Amino acid sequence: MKIYEWINERVDISSIKKIALKKRVPIFYGTIWYYLGGVSLFLFMIQVFTGILLVLYYQPGAETAYESVKFIISRVEFGWLIREVHSWSANLFILFVFFHMFTVFFAKAYRKPREMTWISGMILLLLSLGFGFSGYLLPWNELAYFATKVGSDIAGAIPIIGDFALRLLRSGDEVSGATLTRFYGIHTALLPGIFTVMLGLHLILVQVQGMSVPPEIEKIPEKERKSIPFFPDFALQDAMAWLIVLNIIALLAVFFPWELGPKADPLASAPAGIRPEWYFMFMFQTLKYIPAHVLFIEGELFGILLFSIGGFIWFMVPFLDKKAHEGIRTPFWTWFGILLIIYMIVFTAWGYLT
Amino acid sequence: MSQTKRSEVKKERRSFLNTLLKTGLVAWVASVIYPVARFLIPPKMAELNVSSIEVGLISDFPKSSSKIVRFGRKPIIVIRKESGDFKALEATCTHLDCNVQFKSETEQIWCACHNGLYDIEGKNISGPPPKPLAQFKVDIAREKIIVSQMDLS
Repeated sequence: MKIYEWINERVDISSIKKIALKKRVPIFYGTIWYYLGGVSLFLFMIQVFTGILLVLYYQPGAETAYESVKFIISRVEFGWLIREVHSWSANLFILFVFFHMFTVFFAKAYRKPREMTWISGMILLLLSLGFGFSGYLLPWNELAYFATKVGSDIAGAIPIIGDFALRLLRSGDEVSGATLTRFYGIHTALLPGIFTVMLGLHLILVQVQGMSVPPEIEKIPEKERKSIPFFPDFALQDAMAWLIVLNIIALLAVFFPWELGPKADPLASAPAGIRPEWYFMFMFQTLKYIPAHVLFIEGELFGILLFSIGGFIWFMVPFLDKKAHEGIRTPFWTWFGILLIIYMIVFTAWGYLT
Repeated sequence: MSQTKRSEVKKERRSFLNTLLKTGLVAWVASVIYPVARFLIPPKMAELNVSSIEVGLISDFPKSSSKIVRFGRKPIIVIRKESGDFKALEATCTHLDCNVQFKSETEQIWCACHNGLYDIEGKNISGPPPKPLAQFKVDIAREKIIVSQMDLS
């Protein structure tokens, strides 16, 4: 308490405390959605923590990366646990971010005044996928090697800047040890830096604007709506959810370890059954079925075009769905979301089954 | 000088200074971005100018077998067909750059990444590959297999 008084005399922190105590969480059928953003945040914190630990032993480079990961999981005490938690938490992070995004979408929480929160969230999603893509290569195993070849080759097919993008990503014409060093830098310095700033902005916006409720709930007069204080009621429930997630990760890490597989070999054929991380699967599966040429453009370019346009529309939803600002649900956007989920699930499942 | 004239001169002076500042700012941004952009692209390595390589003896290749070897910086696939003839092709799929593999049962070349299929001559026959695989010349001299660039003529 003395420390609090000491600081408060110099910097007014009581006002922050007041804001925190004023924050309330609406209680309705969708209250459970409010856990999703918090759980994503918790998973990100696990990533930072385990990532810093892994950096202590990991050595980038074509001759050392695979060996150092092997060393971590076989020789370093609890090294296997730290790596498994990092891998599992990364996958669950993407999963929860997707859940979070879709609940926000269907609750129309992106409507005025929260457009910027949606945009910052979309940027965070892109950065998260960047984390996934760059981190996937770091163990320098066979799967990672070919996934990176494919991923960077797609970047190379972008008109005009493709060649620059390809050489920028690969640090040369081929995926090599130089690519690995570059991805390591991107994964451990560039992305964490930008991500932290973006995350700060995202969280400040959420605090300043308060919790959003779906349009139907907003129509109920404020006095008749139920809510609970964030401190300590909801914070404790949040903590409970985090604890459950941590336990699930521990169980997954122990009983379902991620295989390291064989070391990357530039002179090996891509093995049968090769596939990217599950969250890129629906795009991967789509690429398989786009023919070599669509009309007059190459299939590869057609795929890029398709996903860029789709992604851009999703990005801009707060500005395209104008009716949402008046609290009206348009069937078009509802179906857009539902069909997108169906497409992602069907193509992902199809990719795993064939 | 009258009052209006003076303010006009002031305005001119201000817009002149503004232009100067803006130009300076753009020049400054460019002088920062240019070296950074150049830094990000690694220097061109000397092209490993390989015109031909030796990949081994005929006896190293049983019939219906293949091997991926390095030709300069690029991997190429050397195949010995069922008939005993040799074939050398670029080993990276023309779709998204994965390394292909020889399917001995059907005498075809397959890419596991996106299910692209080529015939034994390297022609793309199904799946997403947009182009055939580049050809290399195979010569046999004293039991040794020598792969070289196709003559450009």
